[in-house]
Amino acid sequence: VLLIPCPWCGPRDEIEFRYGGQAHVAYPDDPEALSDAEWAQYLFMRENPEGEWSERWVHSAGCRRWFNAVRSTITHEIRVVYRIGEEPTA
Amino acid sequence: MTSRRLDAGGIGIDRTRPIPFTFDGRPYEGFAGDTLASALLASGADVVCSSPILGRPRGVVSAGVEEPGAFVEVRQPRFEPIVPATTVKVVDHLVAVGRPGVGALPPDGDGSGVSDHRHLHVETIVIGGGIAGLREVLRAAREGDRVLLVDERHWLGGTATEQDAVDGEPASTWIEDAAAELAATSEARVLTEATALGIYDDGYVVVYERSTPRPRVWHVRAARVVVASGAHERPIAFADDDRPGVMLASAARTYADRFGVLAGSRAVVFATNHTGHDTAIALAARGLDLAAVIDVAPAAPGSERARAVGIEVRNGWAVTGTDGDPRVSRVHAAGPGGATASFEADLLLVAGGWNPAVQLWRGINGGLRYDEPRACFLPDGTGPRWLEIVGAAAGDGLPEVTPFWFTPAQDLSRHFVDLQRDATVADVLSAVARDLRSTEHVKRATYIGTAIDQGRTSGVLTAAIVNQAWGTGPGAQGPTNARPPYTPVPFSVLAGRDRGPRLLDPARETPIHPWHTAHGAVFENVGQWKRPWYFPRPGEGLHDATERESRGVRERVGAMDASTLGKIEVVGPDAATFLDRMYTNRMSTLPVGSIRYGLMLSLDGMVFDDGVAMRLAEDRFLISTTTGGAAKVLDHLEEWLQTEWPTLRVYTTSVTEQWATVAVNGPLARDLLVSLGADVDLAAEAFPFMTWRDGEVAGMPARLARVSFSGELAYEINVEGRVGLAMWEAVMAAGGPLGVVAYGTEAMHRLRGEKGYVIVGQDTDGTVTPHDLGMSWIVRRDHTDFIGRRSLRRPDTARADRKQLVGLRPIDPEAWLPEGAQLVAPEHADDPPPVPMLGFVTSSYPRYATSPSFALGSVRGGRDLIGTRVVAPWPGGPIEAEVAPPIIYDPEGARREG
Repeated sequence: VLLIPCPWCGPRDEIEFRYGGQAHVAYPDDPEALSDAEWAQYLFMRENPEGEWSERWVHSAGCRRWFNAVRSTITHEIRVVYRIGEEPTA
Repeated sequence: MTSRRLDAGGIGIDRTRPIPFTFDGRPYEGFAGDTLASALLASGADVVCSSPILGRPRGVVSAGVEEPGAFVEVRQPRFEPIVPATTVKVVDHLVAVGRPGVGALPPDGDGSGVSDHRHLHVETIVIGGGIAGLREVLRAAREGDRVLLVDERHWLGGTATEQDAVDGEPASTWIEDAAAELAATSEARVLTEATALGIYDDGYVVVYERSTPRPRVWHVRAARVVVASGAHERPIAFADDDRPGVMLASAARTYADRFGVLAGSRAVVFATNHTGHDTAIALAARGLDLAAVIDVAPAAPGSERARAVGIEVRNGWAVTGTDGDPRVSRVHAAGPGGATASFEADLLLVAGGWNPAVQLWRGINGGLRYDEPRACFLPDGTGPRWLEIVGAAAGDGLPEVTPFWFTPAQDLSRHFVDLQRDATVADVLSAVARDLRSTEHVKRATYIGTAIDQGRTSGVLTAAIVNQAWGTGPGAQGPTNARPPYTPVPFSVLAGRDRGPRLLDPARETPIHPWHTAHGAVFENVGQWKRPWYFPRPGEGLHDATERESRGVRERVGAMDASTLGKIEVVGPDAATFLDRMYTNRMSTLPVGSIRYGLMLSLDGMVFDDGVAMRLAEDRFLISTTTGGAAKVLDHLEEWLQTEWPTLRVYTTSVTEQWATVAVNGPLARDLLVSLGADVDLAAEAFPFMTWRDGEVAGMPARLARVSFSGELAYEINVEGRVGLAMWEAVMAAGGPLGVVAYGTEAMHRLRGEKGYVIVGQDTDGTVTPHDLGMSWIVRRDHTDFIGRRSLRRPDTARADRKQLVGLRPIDPEAWLPEGAQLVAPEHADDPPPVPMLGFVTSSYPRYATSPSFALGSVRGGRDLIGTRVVAPWPGGPIEAEVAPPIIYDPEGARREG
């Protein structure tokens, strides 16, 4: 049961959150301009790294805000959280 | 039976408080502080249970949670299906029986009653109340931490003995002082008989406290978790090593020191390290007759100390086997050069080395390394930052060991490794002979480590045998992983109190609910909502009531409680732009005062939800969702607004419960509104289909919306939730002379089915596009984007032979196609499976006097099959149907225009 530091509310139990998968997968500017393969890449393909990556969470039973977290997929440790539109600090 | 209780001593028992108890139907007596194991040993009861597979008699092996031999079912005071006798505290009215192998619940339930769950936040939790754990918790408490100390035993101090000294004081005095200091510290809490079942991410620890009258599960969040779980002595495998009277050496010491029990009268000690000698010396001082110490090392530390007190020590020897019936009566040993010896003894104490209790540590990714001198696996310092391990669990104070795992022999089939699985060295070698290399595989071939002790005494031994057999060197592979719970916990305890279904999953009721209940509604669950399914009159079932309700709507007028539909206000200068991106059709072109039906897709182009959008003002929409989809639609809108388009000036607000909605449907709907009294011009030209008007209805402020899910002339009357019941009652009163019927979801479903209107979630399943539903008309073709649009052009989504929504008309008008039934081509109707599947039935409705039986289904290339037949194979005979357009009622749509 993770203790997730919501950037708006502070540390809260994982049960208050919903997971949103890989962060920084931007919606394409013009989906119609993409080939089927490019669209499929956006729609279906995600990283699955061993180690740290950025992922999305939403504090659905709290402030209902989306944010990003840098978490290790090995230790589950969340190193830093940051708001949408921000970059992770270090 | 002889009493083995010493005349004096035993720091853990209160000799002034004898406690009677019952074991295997016979009366016994112990003292306050005893465990069931110590009390049985004191009474000379050698056999506790028989072994699970071979039925061999088994007795007490250990003095703690690592026990592999002595298992009991506790019947009183609180039922436990199977627990080690070494962990059962002797209390008044204790009733237990031997229980080998697998526990069983009594047929009438375990009667374990209520348990509680509690939550706690602390800076430091210490798991294990031995000396090391007490030191840690005292240090943290003195620094001002909120602390929690848990120990599975019913005492503090762990395995410290009477002779031990701590900080220059006798151990028992030091422990008493520590307990007193903790008791006097307001932010320190100590739980005994409390087992940490598991450690989870970010310092979350679940603790099972076997307190009376009510067990508790503690959910602890700690900034720092200190594991002080000690170490377990481990056995050595030799022939008939499972005989009652074969015991871990340290356990015999615990029984003598803590419980004042000598576990036998004449003993052989089988040692790989100096603790065996020290135990022999200590027990000899308590009056135990020592036949010999058999030490595998040629010249071992401790040997001279033992010899000095007159104990025979044989260095370089090993125990080969035991005799006895059933308890040990002779111990056989072999030495250098083929020498053998045999000793008369009723106790064989095994000191095979020590395994740090690293199960909890390892369970949260604490790392391990093999330590050659101590021949055990020790924490390697890696693991979560908030986790520490101290004391014997970290290897402190553990002796150097001459590794010796099993005594070689021709026949290894009675060298027991895992007593609880009756598995032997021969079984392990047999698994190795079948080319199994990993201990995880050997575990699954032999079942070693799968019993409730999860291999506490057998795991390292098994790994050593495997490593030795493969010649990979000691420590090449470790024991298999143990997982939570650390010790068994009843499901009834984890379940906690039964607070009824409403706390687990709230039941939501509309403001009109009291009327439904008073009028005998049968309810169905739609998401969390309780919706009237049908309103039976005396003698009516689902079918009759629904037929009457449906006809009432088609022929006169009906009222339905539509308050459960999700309602979301979408407000802001960019609301129209935003909704254009979320719906497949345009909402920005909707005039204020009008309503438009819309579909939302998920990014993969599949139908996600549907509903109508009312434009309340240029910058304000009220959208509706399906009853079950309200929360996910709000989530969906918020996600896109926050993560992709944060610059759009839009707010979304759930207003589902602010409104109550009465849907009035039927050819007499306008007449009903007129008799209700509405200050809105109800004429079709002034207030056409798919528009809304604010006004006063029956004296209440209301928003009227001309939307229809039945295909009939219809008005939705939306009012503030608090007057919902009043509006409903007014509708039923005004509608009385018109023959109004209250109708439920079943009639609603049938009426919409006759119109071929889909229900998202019933006729769709997340793999259905608007085109599959025959709703291409709602997908805009201009150059603007909406969620899911690009996916509709994906090759798979654009296939012509996808499953499509069609109507299904049974050939036999009496027949009813079961919902969910698979559909096949007629030529395959009688074929045994597998046969090519064409699709399945999504909605189905029986025949009424005025309306035929019909169904909707999802059929591969279905629109091209219209006019042909399909078959639903079904027990009782295949049901044949013609594929047809989905709509069977008023295809021109004239009635709803009214």
